[in-house]
Amino acid sequence: MTAPLLDAHRLVKRFGDFTAVNGIDVQVQPGEAFGFLGPNGAGKSSTMRMIACVSAPSEGSLHMFGLDAATHGAAIRARIGVVPQLDTLDTELSVQENLWLYGRFFDLSRAESKRRTKELLEFAQLSERADSIVDNLSGGMKRRLSIARSLINEPELLLLDEPTTGLDPQARHVLWDRLYRLKQQGVTLVLTTHYMDEAEQLCDRLVVMDQGRIVAEGSPRSLIEQYATREVLELRFAAGTNDQQTAALAGIGERQEVLPDRVLVYANDGEAALVQAHDRGARPESALVRRASLEDVFLLLTGRSLVD
Amino acid sequence: MSAGLLRIIPPAMVVRRPHRMIERHIVAYRRQWLIVVSGFFEPLFYLLSMRAGLGDLVGTVSVGGREVPYDAFVAPALMASSAMNGAIFDSTGNVLHRLKYSRIYDAALATPMSPADVATGEIGWALIRGQLYAISFLVVMAALGLTNSWWSLMALPACALIGLTFAALGFLGTTFMRGWSDMDMVTTLTMPLFLFSATFFPISAYGSWAWVVQLSPLYHGVALVRAANEGVWTASMLGHVAVLTAVALVALTLAARRLDALLRK
Repeated sequence: MTAPLLDAHRLVKRFGDFTAVNGIDVQVQPGEAFGFLGPNGAGKSSTMRMIACVSAPSEGSLHMFGLDAATHGAAIRARIGVVPQLDTLDTELSVQENLWLYGRFFDLSRAESKRRTKELLEFAQLSERADSIVDNLSGGMKRRLSIARSLINEPELLLLDEPTTGLDPQARHVLWDRLYRLKQQGVTLVLTTHYMDEAEQLCDRLVVMDQGRIVAEGSPRSLIEQYATREVLELRFAAGTNDQQTAALAGIGERQEVLPDRVLVYANDGEAALVQAHDRGARPESALVRRASLEDVFLLLTGRSLVD
Repeated sequence: MSAGLLRIIPPAMVVRRPHRMIERHIVAYRRQWLIVVSGFFEPLFYLLSMRAGLGDLVGTVSVGGREVPYDAFVAPALMASSAMNGAIFDSTGNVLHRLKYSRIYDAALATPMSPADVATGEIGWALIRGQLYAISFLVVMAALGLTNSWWSLMALPACALIGLTFAALGFLGTTFMRGWSDMDMVTTLTMPLFLFSATFFPISAYGSWAWVVQLSPLYHGVALVRAANEGVWTASMLGHVAVLTAVALVALTLAARRLDALLRK
């Protein structure tokens, strides 16, 4: 195995009395697409900020490209690209100025920065908007510009914090396509998301975080196999009566989850479970059998209570 | 910078690329040159009104044992005040916007740029803009016959020092602002400085309260610009330079630390 590109050991981040990240171990290999999954407040963004070398770990060690993040922050930042959760685009500049001036922060020559700007505008499908003021762009365009900007230093590692939150489905697919291309070019991707489809699409390997800790690790498929059944039966009952169904459903499948809007029955044979439920007198308003997804793993591992 | 020094200076304090920030501003302001030009007129209007109105009423004022007409007395003070106002203007509202709303400092700190690079670059930009105003103001003073000798050119470095001090103070203050409403504090703080820094009357007029005036950094700036314009240099000028430099260095260091604490939590 090659040396890990990212190597975090017992990483802790505290803000006063609050522990946002509570001793996580993470290794990412070059070329991998790695995801941090977790509900809001799980510690994903704090972890990303430490990896981006803009936030010092409270404890533990963090090495990137074999360099100690505590002492080589600037050298590490020179080799990574960051797409923050909220756009930090320069609203006083045009699209292309946002790119080439950012390149200057990485000490690129003006000519080189402008050359790369041209390429990146193509890549982000923004060539026609090169002279637009950033404020006039759509959400999807701004996101693509953020990604283009993060690539100006030709990073070996790209950090994306919830890259597609708030985008419409078309814009998300365009973005996924661009990220997939980068991955094929050998760029290592580390991203956070709470969209399970995004994680399944993009990540070779991921960790699920909850309350500052890593609660599971593996490929999307292996996590589903490990933590969920093959199929899931989704039952919808009249509003407010979900809790009354537990007696009728007890013992069907491997386990049940009562969600606010539906009851999930985890079973290897969903149809059989539905027949069983009917036999026991359950009368759902609707029923659906589907394959288990990463979302089921997520719900199991991080609990269903609403996290603010 | 040697490796030994790097170990002593925390990474946040290393200044290596402040000019990148300035380059960004030059590009951004190419579109907003009118705003830049407008900053020149306010002190000019003040000067013309003082000359036309108050000048006749007041007559002459004694500076360093010499009697000078009131407009020649007040012009250097207006020049110093405009250096302060320009620096404050650039280092507060604009900085607040970049710090809290467009968040371009966050973007800059994701690169090899350090918080000290950002702070120094912002303050450097305020200085450059301030110098442009100072030069044009001096040209107007010369055209109106308010300058006395080539010593008047020394008013430019004096204004640079004033700009540096107030830009650093403005930047530091802005790092404590919670939002736009706190911007009102800026006028509340600079207005008394403008009025009570021996700007419109000599410090002797303040009687036993003169020591309060001396607490104002602008007072030291006004004294320097006035001395430059009169070509009268005394040892006390070194004291004025020392006060402004000390305030500037302390404020700049604290500002870079605050930026580090705010953005690199």
